[in-house]
Amino acid sequence: MHVLSIDRSIIDAIVAHARRDHPDEACGVVAGAVGSDTPTRHIPMDNAARSMTFYEFDSMEHLRVWREMDDRDEEPVVIYHSHTATEAYPSRTDVSFAGEPGAHYLLVSTREPDSEEIRSFRIVDGVVTEEPVQIVEAGIDPHAVQSYMFGQSPATVDYECSGR
Amino acid sequence: MAIEVRIPTILRSYTGGAKVVEGAGDTLADLLTDLDSRHAGLRGRLVTEAGALHRFVNVYVNDEDVRFLGALDAKLSDGDSVTILPAVAGGAFGFAAAAAISSHSAAAAAISSHSAATAVAAR
Repeated sequence: MHVLSIDRSIIDAIVAHARRDHPDEACGVVAGAVGSDTPTRHIPMDNAARSMTFYEFDSMEHLRVWREMDDRDEEPVVIYHSHTATEAYPSRTDVSFAGEPGAHYLLVSTREPDSEEIRSFRIVDGVVTEEPVQIVEAGIDPHAVQSYMFGQSPATVDYECSGR
Repeated sequence: MAIEVRIPTILRSYTGGAKVVEGAGDTLADLLTDLDSRHAGLRGRLVTEAGALHRFVNVYVNDEDVRFLGALDAKLSDGDSVTILPAVAGGAFGFAAAAAISSHSAAAAAISSHSAATAVAAR
């Protein structure tokens, strides 16, 4: 089973971006070394659609960022966007347009003012598979890891903390 | 007469896994026809049945988005570099996007008009 393992500081930056653009949807990328499956470089993108229900990368920014990743031997490990009034689960629109089969599609819901729902998915050939999000507390202890596994419905949130 | 074409991951099934292929043509339309002769099916992922470039595929000649160069009529020269990137798009707006997989253009039209409407509303 796939797991998205991501540093706390990157998650915090993504959530801050989503809050800043709320009620419009926010979107972006976290790049990482090719083949590493490790997101390291957060790149907030403009939502060219500037919409509460739709996002689209600006085509010129998209080219620039993808070329930059190519030059640095990186790939888009995470592609994220926010849903601002609904749950953090891929819509049919998200599934239709998912064009990076190797990426973790991270969704953040900002519909609640005080808490965020953060979930990650693989979307390959129209099939959505949820995966756990493992938030790494690098600033405190690189071996201390908190695991979050959200259930399919926000009403049944599974939470586990594995201290090593 | 060679034009370098960069193929995104999701379309490499048409190019035997190749990240870069070469083709020829005086316009983008000619180039895509040329590519399709060796990589059958590739053109159909980029061009609608009505003969227009798909709304949610970005094609660039060198550093320019072809939408600003005449789309399929964009002129090409030997040595140009063409980059294809599937648009990164989505969102909570759950209209009949499931149909987009089979008939991309209908959903694209719906989204275009939706985007235009929200753009107007934002002013």
